[in-house]
Amino acid sequence: MSVYETQGFKLDNSGKRVVVDPVTRIEGHMRVEVNLNDKNVITNAVSTGTMWRGLEVILKGRDPRDAWAFTERICGVCTGTHALTSVRAVEDALGIRIPENANSIRNIMQLNLQVHDHLVHFYHLHALDWVDVVSALKADPKATSELAQSISSWPLSSPGYFRDIQTRLKKFVESGQLGPFMNGYWGNPAYLLPPEANLMAVAHYLEALDFQKEIVKIHTIYGGKNPHPNWLVGGVPCAINVHDTGAVGAVNMERLNLVSSIIDRTIEFIDQVYIPDLLAIASFYKGWLHGGGLSGKSVMSYGDIPDKANDHSAKNLMLPRGAIINGDLSKVHEVDMRDPEQIQEFVTHSWFSYEDETKGLHPWDGVTEPNYQLGKNAKGSNTNIEQIDEAAKYSWIKAPRWRGHAMEVGPLARYIIGYAQNNPEFKEPVDMVLKKLDVPVTALFSTLGRTAARGLEASWAAHKMRYFQDKLMANIKAGDLSTANIDKWEPRTWPKEAKGVGFTEAPRGALGHWVRIKDGKIDNYQCVVPTTWNGSPRDPKGQIGAFEASLMNTPLARADQPLEILRTLHSFDPCLACSTHVMSPDGAEMTSVKVR
Amino acid sequence: MIDEQPFDVLVLGIGNVLWADEGFGVRAVEALHEQYEFPKQVRLMDGGTQGLYLVQYVQAARRLLVFDAVDYGLAPGTIKLVRDDEVPRFMGAKKMSLHQTGFQEVLASAALTGRYPRELLLIGVQPQQLEDYGGSLTPAVKGRMPECLQFALQQLKDWGVQPVPRTRPLAADEHLNAHALGLDAYEAGRPGAEEACRIGDARVLYG
Repeated sequence: MSVYETQGFKLDNSGKRVVVDPVTRIEGHMRVEVNLNDKNVITNAVSTGTMWRGLEVILKGRDPRDAWAFTERICGVCTGTHALTSVRAVEDALGIRIPENANSIRNIMQLNLQVHDHLVHFYHLHALDWVDVVSALKADPKATSELAQSISSWPLSSPGYFRDIQTRLKKFVESGQLGPFMNGYWGNPAYLLPPEANLMAVAHYLEALDFQKEIVKIHTIYGGKNPHPNWLVGGVPCAINVHDTGAVGAVNMERLNLVSSIIDRTIEFIDQVYIPDLLAIASFYKGWLHGGGLSGKSVMSYGDIPDKANDHSAKNLMLPRGAIINGDLSKVHEVDMRDPEQIQEFVTHSWFSYEDETKGLHPWDGVTEPNYQLGKNAKGSNTNIEQIDEAAKYSWIKAPRWRGHAMEVGPLARYIIGYAQNNPEFKEPVDMVLKKLDVPVTALFSTLGRTAARGLEASWAAHKMRYFQDKLMANIKAGDLSTANIDKWEPRTWPKEAKGVGFTEAPRGALGHWVRIKDGKIDNYQCVVPTTWNGSPRDPKGQIGAFEASLMNTPLARADQPLEILRTLHSFDPCLACSTHVMSPDGAEMTSVKVR
Repeated sequence: MIDEQPFDVLVLGIGNVLWADEGFGVRAVEALHEQYEFPKQVRLMDGGTQGLYLVQYVQAARRLLVFDAVDYGLAPGTIKLVRDDEVPRFMGAKKMSLHQTGFQEVLASAALTGRYPRELLLIGVQPQQLEDYGGSLTPAVKGRMPECLQFALQQLKDWGVQPVPRTRPLAADEHLNAHALGLDAYEAGRPGAEEACRIGDARVLYG
């Protein structure tokens, strides 16, 4: 056993060990081990990315103009955001400037992904951590209708509507297959919503499932197809043709008007369904403010959504850039992704090798050399780990640090930074939520705060789509139809050697790709993804990562039902395909919980 | 490809092309698209590992043909056809990540909303190798591709669809995927094993 303090947390791995290990076939995932004291409070947390990923190495020698298509396949869901990051990295390396229209369209695509991902995350993954679906069967449809009408003017709110939903749900439950709701911890005392709020949330789960398909149509229009939209180094691959005389498949007025109408409907759905639901659910959980982890200490954002094209300085980015360390909100530090002293990845506790593992490497100098070995105190075998030894190497995720600090990234980080910068676009909505829930600003540093920031950001992003669509239309009306700059398309126009960095704020946080190009080919490619930051293991100083920190000091209502662990990890919207396979534990002393 | 166009038949390839035989589904639908032309009511789609984000296409399809690498514990390269209600629908509320939404869960979601294809055929192949990162289909799986396409063509004919063999190769922008991800370019551009580690860890290799 060991006991030590780091980042304000006291880690003690002496108590009962609980292992949460989800298993899936298509993509790799993560495993979490925690120790509990005799009151079932978490005293130690260990997060393991369990899959070797080597996108970096399979890109070696390929054409940098194609990298986006590979990075789009890293992950099932954040396709477009990797592609955007990739084309930005290559453009940065080669000094390629993109037209204003391309900037507006890329921003709309990126904002669209934010809205879509946040909405689907909230209703189809995360809501079930707060909403007891089975309890909804006990709801009174009339009282549900009154509740819904008291919080929103959304029209689908009659007693008959909720009765129909309840009947459908009942059929599912009675058929013995709960459908999407199989294997929940239904009835766990950590669920706090009354039956009516649960029924309302189930109704909106179904509505959101139906509505999300409208949102992604924008990707089809500007990206040519969905899933896996097309991207282009130098701009966007769609031509604009307002008079219907140009290329077949070009974006015409009818298409532009369709985008516009989808944006309006998206704003309506987010502001009339998602936000009221979020506030209603939060009002029942505001006494459960666990899960803050690093959010009240160290958060970081690269920023995104450049207002004008080609200016990636902080003042031109509509999502804020900056870093806050040690909880000092009075100072937002500048973040420079090129500075070798700022972002560094460590591997002392990761299954990789460096020549000198006491030092971190900046991604431009990054090395991806696998080295899988278990610590001497690990239990089980190499192919069937029962218990991780966190004193040794224990994860396929590297440990990125900003000036030596472990950082949380994501919507909450962005909102805290925007708040600290007194940016009204972020401060005002946060103050509105705090006031409505009657909680202090420190309530933000919690699982619930993370979930709330994501909802606010969905609304922000929906409204910003409107801004960029209007900007695009104005520019087109002024006669500018340019969507791509192909001056430096041919490799003969490139320098012999070049390096660049591309960044975005993916729905789940700061995403960067660092590329080195030599003789027209990729020489090195390193991705530091949001879940590398949040899912990071320990570093040489023993500092824990954001997932680990967020679980510390959380009490479990029932040790054999880690609902609270899932709730907090889900609040990060972890993207595990990016950062991380599969192990199945069952040790004698362990409570082993398989999450599927 | 315009999204709002209604379609009767969806031919969907599922999987990740970066993980060797895991890419079977996507390679199959690509090959079908390269070799045949289809009437407008048929939509061919590379579904990748999009999970829940495919639900609207499944809901919209009256008939659904899916190619996927499936684990039925058979010998590598064995073809497995599964129809209609035999295709498992399963969903869990305790997923760790949205990305964990497997295709079965997409089917379950479509069923929950009451919009489910009337007929469904899954053409599956038992993979040999999934843990060869950056790799392509193994010969055991690639060798079964023509048969799989024949099963698909037969099913489409039974559904009243008449695919026509292409008389000219696809133009560069007519492929389902970006050129670099197409099978030939993908295989030819792979860095050597000395440059790029191809294996997983021991659990992945032997587990």
